[in-house]
Amino acid sequence: MSTSLFTITDKPISIEEVVQKVIRPEAGAVTTFIGTVREFTNGKRTLFLQYEAYVSMAEKILEQIGNEISERWPEAKVAITHRIGRLDISDIAVVIAVSTPHRKDAYEANQYAIERIKQIVPIWKKEHWEDGTEWVGNQLETKAYPTGKPEGEDLA
Amino acid sequence: MITLLFFSYLKEAVGNEQIKMEYTPITVKQLKQQLETNYGLDLQHVMVAVNEEYAQEGQLLQPGDTIAFIPPVSGG
Repeated sequence: MSTSLFTITDKPISIEEVVQKVIRPEAGAVTTFIGTVREFTNGKRTLFLQYEAYVSMAEKILEQIGNEISERWPEAKVAITHRIGRLDISDIAVVIAVSTPHRKDAYEANQYAIERIKQIVPIWKKEHWEDGTEWVGNQLETKAYPTGKPEGEDLA
Repeated sequence: MITLLFFSYLKEAVGNEQIKMEYTPITVKQLKQQLETNYGLDLQHVMVAVNEEYAQEGQLLQPGDTIAFIPPVSGG
């Protein structure tokens, strides 16, 4: 696995390796966020997901998120690994590890990281359902484009 | 020359992940309008990155630029 703090990989993610990147003597707390593939969304069954990324830019934007966290929580150290390719149910899609001297900052900075990932990192997932496929159209996972592009109210 | 990159549903709609174009001095917005006309795309909610940095609509393209069209993201 890459030694870089901010990585996109097409291999399974080792939680332990991401955590080890932020372990240090100054830390008294480490929080991890582990994003996994959910089987049911609004009652609809997912068979598997296909993740795609603009890899070179995605790694730069992950690093930017790390810089944003350093501005808000100067004592935090962050490592993020996101997987792409085909992921089955319960596979790990993303691991975020944050270490800080005290626990409150570690929780807050970790949540900040996942929210920002869903806003600005160029990664997309395609749902493979029992009866078809859909690109997930926004970070809130409430909008999809079954015809392949936005239509109706999305065009207003 | 400039290089255009497409992702997610846009890649499927265009039928290509990469297109090379002759350079002309146009803005990001004008390029979006050209593609909407030529490919029947709706790029209203699509962000644009020039050389891996998010760009404003008014940015003037330079020869050799790589322009990526970034639909609403859904990582995590």
